[in-house]
Amino acid sequence: MDWFLQQLINGLALGAIYALIALGYTMVYGVLRFINFAHSDVLMLGAFAAYYLAPMVARVLGAASVPTALVVMVLSAAICAVIGMTIEFLAYRPLRHRPRLTVLITAIGVSLFIEYTGQHEKVFGAATKPFPELLPKKEIIMGAMRCSSNDLVVLALTAVLLAAMWFIVQRTKIGMAMRAVSFNEQAASLMGVNVNAIISFTFAIGSALAAIGGIFYSMRAPGIEPLMGVQPGLRAFIAAVLGGIGNLPGAALGGLVLGLIETFFGGMPGLSDYRDGIAFALLILILLFRPAGLLGKLQMEKV
Amino acid sequence: MRGKEKLFLLLAVVAAVGVSMASSLFNRYYLGVAVDVGINVILAVSLNLINGHTGQFSLGHAGFMAVGGYLAAKLTLVFGPHLPPAVQPFLFAGALLVGGVSAALAGLAVGVPTLRLRGDYLAIVTLGFGEIIRVIFQTSEPFGAATGLTGIAKLTNFGWAWGLAAVTVYVVACLVNSTYGRGFIAVHDDEIAASAMGINPVRYKVTAFVVGAFFAGIAGGLYAHQKAVISPGGFDFLKSIEIVVMVILGGMGRTVGVILAAVILTILPELLRGVAEYRMIIYSLLIIGLMLTRPQGLFTFGKKRAA
Repeated sequence: MDWFLQQLINGLALGAIYALIALGYTMVYGVLRFINFAHSDVLMLGAFAAYYLAPMVARVLGAASVPTALVVMVLSAAICAVIGMTIEFLAYRPLRHRPRLTVLITAIGVSLFIEYTGQHEKVFGAATKPFPELLPKKEIIMGAMRCSSNDLVVLALTAVLLAAMWFIVQRTKIGMAMRAVSFNEQAASLMGVNVNAIISFTFAIGSALAAIGGIFYSMRAPGIEPLMGVQPGLRAFIAAVLGGIGNLPGAALGGLVLGLIETFFGGMPGLSDYRDGIAFALLILILLFRPAGLLGKLQMEKV
Repeated sequence: MRGKEKLFLLLAVVAAVGVSMASSLFNRYYLGVAVDVGINVILAVSLNLINGHTGQFSLGHAGFMAVGGYLAAKLTLVFGPHLPPAVQPFLFAGALLVGGVSAALAGLAVGVPTLRLRGDYLAIVTLGFGEIIRVIFQTSEPFGAATGLTGIAKLTNFGWAWGLAAVTVYVVACLVNSTYGRGFIAVHDDEIAASAMGINPVRYKVTAFVVGAFFAGIAGGLYAHQKAVISPGGFDFLKSIEIVVMVILGGMGRTVGVILAAVILTILPELLRGVAEYRMIIYSLLIIGLMLTRPQGLFTFGKKRAA
């Protein structure tokens, strides 16, 4: 039972991180209908932004304190928002009405560019760097179960961010415009929605969430390096498909489900070697039996 | 037309074996690059059947390559030491064939369930299968787990690589240009119209997948016996992307363009060795630039003919 609860907390924390990253995939898919492969590298850039900012902020606000962590997160998210908008402006906007595969390949190109530039020794270097401690770390012991305070912070902050996202998309004017663009781009622009601005805004929000997800991920990982985004990025993408791509609550649900499944399977003796394969096996099963995802609506294809 | 293609095959194989006989005259480094070119031509042309002619989008070609490479290498590692040198080429041919057939079976296993999907979903599922194949090899002890297989006999030479590349080009070109093969192009152009004409799109897609995977497996076997060492990391997502880029650079469904692209993209990294640290940065910028300026491929001048 203790083992179960322990894995439950670990799985939920991991799932919350996947959910944050998955939101970016799903929102971009919603407005542009393509998979932004560079999203996983934006989360890596978020982690590196925090890596370089943390010592500077710590000098003013004190190391490993709550204000430091908040300031670092907000600044990293802002940096990544700008990076996300830049990527969209330079690489994706000129291809807006081209075939989707062209855009997909461009996205792969952007992703490789960020990864290899990051690996260059004058940028980040390929070696793994230890991630600075942003928050004071405490072990909370409940009976035989121990959980890190960081995991609880991750869960709480993710819940707040998800609620904020829901509010932005459902209750604000810009959120309504996002939904309109997602529904029908042309009609939205005829109704006076500035489509380019909305798409930029979508990339900014998605990249900011990815930055925060990247920081949370790094807090649990042994260190950060330029290729660190690839695995969580792929998992988050799977989470987005699992929940129904283009569907915001779906992305959150998919992230949690995937995090739990991975943690429980990975925790079982004998299965841990196959941990990397589980997420992909799940993806294939979902696409075969319910291609629209858990919460997605199946669209009929017209001839 | 058919006679011309047979002549091409004959001439190419004879030339490849002839050059191979005289291989001691050439610089070993250049010869190694030439073998790599041959292997990449096989990979690119076989992927072109799936992504170009049939209009599917597979991102898992490296997975099939891994199946062929691992099985062929395991066979020569197990049986090689017990056989006299005279039999070695036959063993190698057998190992390549077994590798190819296993990859084709893997292609069948992947293709039948997934080919109902389209576009980016198909791309993601094939990516997933490629990764699963890699994870399987990475965890299985008989195949050396994470370290892979080492000490594989260096049996691949110029003759094998270019001879089999010629065979691949011949088979794919003949397949697509045959009456039966028009179906691939029909499926590519419009799946719904094709099925209205009595063509079974799923069958054509699976056929393309199986044939493409077979040659990818052969290429994997050649690759293993060229490098002498294979590890799961060598067959990752990036390898699949490399092959996809060759197909796109050459122009989807243009056999000649794809061959040219495979040649150029194999030689280019060798030329860039002087600026090795910027090599992959240049490569990725090349992909982005190409997609922004010439998404239809570099070598696509003139009207598209069949193959």
